[in-house]
Amino acid sequence: MSSYLVLSGGLSPERDVSLRSGRRVAEALRLSTDDEVREADVDLSLIDHLRKHRPSCVIPLLHGAAGEDGALRDVLTSLGLPYVGSSGEAARLAFDKPIAKTLLARAGVATPAYVALPHATFRELGAAEVLSGIRELLGLPLIVKPTKGGSALGASLVKSAEEFPSAMVGSFAYSEVAMMEQWIAGTEVAISVLETKNGLVALPAVEIVPEAEIYDYNSRYTAGITEFFVPARLSDEITAECARIALLAHEVLGLRDWSRTDVIVDAAGTPWFLETNAAPGMTETSLFPQALHAAGLSLGDTALQLVQRAIERG
Amino acid sequence: MSGSRLDPWVDSYAQRTSEMQASEIRALFAVASRPEVVSLAGGMPFVQALNMDLMAETVSKLLRERGAVALQYGSGQGDVGLREQILEVMADVKVSAHPDDIVVTTGSQMALDLVTRVFCDPGDVVLVEAPSYVGALGVFRAYECEVIHVAMDDEGLNPVALEEAIAALAAQGRKAKMLYTIPSFHNPAGVTQGQQRRSEVLAIAQRTGILVLEDDPYGLLGFEGEPPAAIRSHDEEGVIYLGSFSKTIASGLRVGWAVAPHGVREKLVLAAESAVLCPSNYSQLTISEYLATQPWREQIKSYRELYRERRDALLESLEQLMPPGTTWTTPAGGFYSWVTLPHGLDAKAMLPRAVTALVAYVPGTGFYVDGSGHEHMRLSYCYPEPDRIREGVRRLAGVIESELEIAATFGTSSALHSDSGSDSPGSNVPAPNLQ
Repeated sequence: MSSYLVLSGGLSPERDVSLRSGRRVAEALRLSTDDEVREADVDLSLIDHLRKHRPSCVIPLLHGAAGEDGALRDVLTSLGLPYVGSSGEAARLAFDKPIAKTLLARAGVATPAYVALPHATFRELGAAEVLSGIRELLGLPLIVKPTKGGSALGASLVKSAEEFPSAMVGSFAYSEVAMMEQWIAGTEVAISVLETKNGLVALPAVEIVPEAEIYDYNSRYTAGITEFFVPARLSDEITAECARIALLAHEVLGLRDWSRTDVIVDAAGTPWFLETNAAPGMTETSLFPQALHAAGLSLGDTALQLVQRAIERG
Repeated sequence: MSGSRLDPWVDSYAQRTSEMQASEIRALFAVASRPEVVSLAGGMPFVQALNMDLMAETVSKLLRERGAVALQYGSGQGDVGLREQILEVMADVKVSAHPDDIVVTTGSQMALDLVTRVFCDPGDVVLVEAPSYVGALGVFRAYECEVIHVAMDDEGLNPVALEEAIAALAAQGRKAKMLYTIPSFHNPAGVTQGQQRRSEVLAIAQRTGILVLEDDPYGLLGFEGEPPAAIRSHDEEGVIYLGSFSKTIASGLRVGWAVAPHGVREKLVLAAESAVLCPSNYSQLTISEYLATQPWREQIKSYRELYRERRDALLESLEQLMPPGTTWTTPAGGFYSWVTLPHGLDAKAMLPRAVTALVAYVPGTGFYVDGSGHEHMRLSYCYPEPDRIREGVRRLAGVIESELEIAATFGTSSALHSDSGSDSPGSNVPAPNLQ
């Protein structure tokens, strides 16, 4: 009998989200297979556990640092264990938002203008001057967010110059580098991508309509306060363009198995690339499972197929 | 065309659930549960200090000899034998009562809920200290009360501020339903009302006809001298007293109680019966057996010594390591010290940095209903061992230093607190400071 190990938790601020993702995928897998499905946190006992039990496949569902920055995936590779999802190298590219945006921009995809700076730059050059320049460059409102991290933790919408400094402080509490990004008003859409035996597939786009101004942490994980439309209320042409961008992002970043790309479609119908997640959330309110459901796919069967692909590639 | 909100009942919830949402702070606390993190956040009693062999013996004896009673429904008011024993426990804080005056509850948190249920209609005013126990604020919110914070000083609730709050209400033709206070070893402020202060507070409440809800979970956990006499010891009609075994024996058993005047008590029992039928007989009888057969006073004494050692570890490390401009209270008992950060820092915004540095605390905003408290944090010393407390404070000091640098860079000292508003009731409260 094969055994699969779902990894979740970890020490990132997204620990709770990850635990819920892990539990949900593990439960779904158990419905789709008689093989053993275990769950584990990422802690000092993990390597020992992996060496001793050598699971047939690992399913890393860690969000945030260590999970999405590629580190844990590199450890799994070094142990010679098959795992679902992207390689460490690809995950690193996707996890760093400015790098992912640069790569997609080079591939011809529109992405909001941005500036990414560490705290030291503000300290050395004077925050007021630097922020003023950024305001002139990007205009207001703008979004401030950590360059690395997910679930909109540390992200703020800045609508006035007065709000800018505290938004920076909020972002630096999560990450050493803050990204200030042009705000594109429009329809927020998430496109999940799945590798199947028939090739790379974009699942139905999920349109996100939060009650709050931005799709923040509360909006993501409190059922009821965000409305979702699947498929998104977009023309066929724009839907196809969103799917093209998501597939392109998956390929350009070198991702594997599954990913989720977030875009904003502006009033003119242009999709703007925001980011791609190499380890999409799998909680009850997450976007990837909604897209799977709309495509008529079960989470358990999908995860099992990816497990089998991972085992085959070794 | 309407989409999905992933919750078919979203339009059916009561208005009072509108604030029940996921939050970044809760997400960060999930990390605090990992052993790598020194958590100065939770108020968990150090139950490992209990003699588990004795506890096992107690439970085993109970089940062998009175198992059929322990595992059965019981009285809505609570076991009469335990109520008699509670009188003995309360004698230490000079509360005298009759066993019939006591209602045993599922932790004193349930007593808090029952009292609010019995007294408060939506919109009724409850006066609380600034800051106040987060669990009480949650109850008052759930019953849609209007909570008004009253300033504290280094001796707890400030009588002048209390008079002012009552007068301000009277000017609007309104009157508070009750005053909720934690006079001994306050959670979260760590300060204690002296006897003179208690008399002043009680006199104001009596003169203005406001019921006092006295919450006393830490009263027996003072580090010096005798436990402070409860406010209830001076007034049997105007004060409802809440007690608990959570901090003195074991929080997991969930046994607390309320002592209330006759009429109130009758209503509390009826309310308790509609909520839970009866408190757990198993838990009550375990406590009762423990009190009857084990050296519980010795256990409380040993808890006191343990917590004093931890308090000392916290205060010494704060003194040695905290950056200038940081102040804190010096608790004479209980579990908590209330820290005021250097001007311009926001404890809530700083929490992610702290969790990344593997130390956790509770930001001050949780202890106010009006968005105040950004510049404060509650540190608990009850659970981590002294060495871990020192390590936690070392990490926290580094976090504060880093945050000071960031705040200096962005000049956020005034911007950060703009949303709390200097006119909001709790924001101009002087920080308790016993240094």
